[in-house]
Amino acid sequence: MLWVKDRPGANVVFRGARVLDPGEGIDATLDVRIDGGVIAAIGESVDTNEHRVVDAAGLVLAPAFVDPHVHLRTPGREDEETIASGTAAAAAGGYCAIFAMPNTDPVLDSAAALGALIETAGREAEVPVGFLAAITRGQDGKELTEMAELADAGAVAFSDDGVPVVSAGLMRRALQYASITGRPLALHCEEPSLSRGGHVHEGSVAAELGFAGYPSVAESVMVERDLALAAYEEQRIHLLHLSAAESVAALRRARDAGVRATAEVTPHHLVLTDEAVRSLDANVKMNPPLRAERDRLALLDALRDGTVEAIATDHAPHARHEKEVPFEAAPFGVTGLETAFAVLYSRLVEPGLLPLATLLERMSAGPARVFGVQRPRIAVGAKADVVLLDLRRQWQVREESFRSRSRNSWLLGETLTGAVALTVAGGAVAFER
Amino acid sequence: MNSIRLVHDELRPPGPPPRRHLISVADLTRDDVERLLGTARTFETALDREVKKLPTLKGRLVVNLFFESSTRTSSSFELAAKRLSADTLSVKAAGSAVDKGESLKDTALTLGAYDPDVIVIRHPQIGAPKLVAEVTEAHVVNAGDGKHQHPTQALLDLYTLQQSLGRLEGLHVAIVGDVLHSRVARSLIQAFALVGVRCTLVGPPALLPRGMEAETTTDIGAIRDADVVYVLRMQHERMEAGANYVPSLREYTARWGVTPERLRAGQKVMHPGPMNRGVEIDPRVADSADALVETQVRSGLVVRMAVLYDVLTGGPTGVRALAAAEVA
Repeated sequence: MLWVKDRPGANVVFRGARVLDPGEGIDATLDVRIDGGVIAAIGESVDTNEHRVVDAAGLVLAPAFVDPHVHLRTPGREDEETIASGTAAAAAGGYCAIFAMPNTDPVLDSAAALGALIETAGREAEVPVGFLAAITRGQDGKELTEMAELADAGAVAFSDDGVPVVSAGLMRRALQYASITGRPLALHCEEPSLSRGGHVHEGSVAAELGFAGYPSVAESVMVERDLALAAYEEQRIHLLHLSAAESVAALRRARDAGVRATAEVTPHHLVLTDEAVRSLDANVKMNPPLRAERDRLALLDALRDGTVEAIATDHAPHARHEKEVPFEAAPFGVTGLETAFAVLYSRLVEPGLLPLATLLERMSAGPARVFGVQRPRIAVGAKADVVLLDLRRQWQVREESFRSRSRNSWLLGETLTGAVALTVAGGAVAFER
Repeated sequence: MNSIRLVHDELRPPGPPPRRHLISVADLTRDDVERLLGTARTFETALDREVKKLPTLKGRLVVNLFFESSTRTSSSFELAAKRLSADTLSVKAAGSAVDKGESLKDTALTLGAYDPDVIVIRHPQIGAPKLVAEVTEAHVVNAGDGKHQHPTQALLDLYTLQQSLGRLEGLHVAIVGDVLHSRVARSLIQAFALVGVRCTLVGPPALLPRGMEAETTTDIGAIRDADVVYVLRMQHERMEAGANYVPSLREYTARWGVTPERLRAGQKVMHPGPMNRGVEIDPRVADSADALVETQVRSGLVVRMAVLYDVLTGGPTGVRALAAAEVA
């Protein structure tokens, strides 16, 4: 279900790293040796096997990250991102696996198109990449895609991300049919008759600035509907980019009642509120919109207690000229792969709002569970999917720092703490600073 | 830890002052508002003379860039610039390169190549004036951007209130109608807060923005408590079938139309224009001696002269401004 180009397996020893794998219950200063892309030894003063030795004293070695939600813009907008550039950005962000959304041009809704993408990924991808296929043909919300064939061809899940499945009846049919594939539906929850072309969270900022409001209830009523349908059909769903306190509350109730639902939040919804929109900067325009402080705090609570298991960047590259327009004319979406860890470490872990181990879990094992892939782990015999982190390094986010083809980051000019020093993805060194 | 400074900040040579724009009332202080109104009063006395042209902005270029139709605002800015002897260049979106798909940034860069001193811009999208300010070297004056701001309208309304009622502090104004889609209302609410005018918003529930920090009511009876009733234009495009902000224009008029019966005797009425007579405002109200609509239009000219003067000079104000103009 994950594809990557052929690369030599790494032979490397990390000497004296703080090895931190919450899933394995490890937090100790140790050496880790990787032989041919597989973790071969963990301990004190392990043999080097004549491998290259990386002095990791003072650095953290953790399971590499998994992003359940990126847009690689291929096919159709290769000027904004390609599989090569998007996976290079992922490697620089410490990711060992990413999952690409199907809202490309054309929409990824056929096995033939998926086959072509898989072939490209086999040639170009710097880190393993998985693909979601559409729920409905052309994401037009009318007819189901051939999910069984798509699953056989390698689709990890199904999603109409970018637009909601408006019809409740069709959503029910999708849940029923997807059950034969064993793959979850990943749902963009938005009731369009309530969001009505809104650009900014409906609240005091939108009222003052004059933006059409996109109320939080536009998300939460759809979350409630989809949880009810998932409960009724006893199927698994994944809720994309939750933004509202009411959505989180509904998810918590449903999970307590036994509904098999997972969810993700983005770094920008965890760090920013609609106050950021006062800048009128098109790089804080995203769907769902930035919401109020009470929503942000609810998301953070849910992330801490595990109601929300995954952090997703919703990495959405856009051409510069498309964002250099008045806010309302700009497309939704911001990039995130190369800044996610650093911004969450700087803004949540350093101030003591989120334990480092929880952040690492929600960026790695949590999202791996969502799509049922093996979680990255630091254990002898495991495929090497590790990230070496320098938690003391401060760096400024600049346009030229990105490997992504797009620069529509909400963090341009900001100074962050915490940097990726080296990424091993799928057994090979994919990035080194 | 104390840092060692080689040069005290106060000893540094002053940098160039920031370019002055007028993009939002939110950027103004009470002092700014009082200075602008004072300058406008000075210009008004000058307009009583036989020769109405002042040489103040001679040789300056004011570009009027209008992406939305406008009669009173565009004519008022153009005349204001001419009364101050500036050269003017008016660009309308229709018939321009905008029709050929040119982006706002490129249009602004093109006009910026003429080195205009001021760009006055009206645009249907929020934040367009800020974008123009970022990509050109001109002083930018917002003549209305989407539902966001229309700061010169708010200033001319303050000027009108002050001239007609003799004061601002302590007045109570009821703003009636479609607040949700109104940049005039947004600018006014901020301007009223700056100068101590109490403000009540009155209208149908769906047209009062949720989260607006202001006194709001759906009861039209509340307008009787105000010193002045400010009537907003009911935009027909908001009343399209299916929008359902209100069931019908007829019902809106019956419920929230400003009629003589709903006003106290002598209560002043304002409207930013253009009026829909018989919809939001009864013709008898529009034509009564208590309607300040024409005063608003006249105020618009002198207030816009003051704004152009202020962004370009940022210098002496009021009487001193006129003195400076005389010797120029």
